[in-house]
Amino acid sequence: MELTLFVIFGAVAVASAFMVIVSRNPVVSALFLILTFFCLAGLYVLLNAQFIAALQIIVYAGAIMVLFVFVVMLLRTGKEARRGYRLIFQKSIGIIFVVLFLLLLGSITLMVSVTGMRGPYTAEAVRHIGNTQAFASVLFTDYLYPFEIISVLLLAGIIGAVVLAKRKR
Amino acid sequence: MVPLSYYLLLSAVLFSIGAVGVLIRRNVLIMFMSIELMLNAVNLSFVAFSRFLDSLEGQVFVFLVMAVAAAEVAVGLAIIICIFRNKATVNVDEINLMKG
Repeated sequence: MELTLFVIFGAVAVASAFMVIVSRNPVVSALFLILTFFCLAGLYVLLNAQFIAALQIIVYAGAIMVLFVFVVMLLRTGKEARRGYRLIFQKSIGIIFVVLFLLLLGSITLMVSVTGMRGPYTAEAVRHIGNTQAFASVLFTDYLYPFEIISVLLLAGIIGAVVLAKRKR
Repeated sequence: MVPLSYYLLLSAVLFSIGAVGVLIRRNVLIMFMSIELMLNAVNLSFVAFSRFLDSLEGQVFVFLVMAVAAAEVAVGLAIIICIFRNKATVNVDEINLMKG
């Protein structure tokens, strides 16, 4: 059952990710990217990370992609024009190197077995206290300073976006 | 239970698709979406490691990556709007002057 769900979510995620990069219309790309994010949220549920799955849908599929679609509609760029020989050269070199990179990554993941120090949060323990509470107890104790710093980063992002997008007079 | 290597392989495939997108597309919006795809592939491997090592640190990192991605998208899209206002194009091959 779990393997079936993994295969379904994984296959849809890879197929829609592929559609994101081959589609010529940016709106279609954005919609397929949302489908990829939903499949990843399903995979997070399979991995017992329900809080992250909810965040994935609310933050990524909700906030970030709405911003993307909004900008795509605002710019009205139309379809991308096909270009000459330089791009074909560029594309073939790029694809060759990425395939090599994928072979490298794949062989590493299949050959190396992962060992490491195991933490206290087994599936049973997390089910007992609840995923969100367990997550929050880690985030607000051990990782409190990164959490505070990320809020400063978000503030800087807001100010930067307003300053950059403001029309110059 | 699905083995860890399946999740890592899926994550590697998604990351590579994102990398191909950045390399072959010239539309700056789609290149930006490919970057989001790569961030999500890394998030998937973080969550998988967190599950298989019985630790929640990986999920904390995913939370931080999501916050950074949100800030990055806000600033990046503002930059794209600025460029479009000046040059009326989103093709990166035509955006090749620093003070253009």
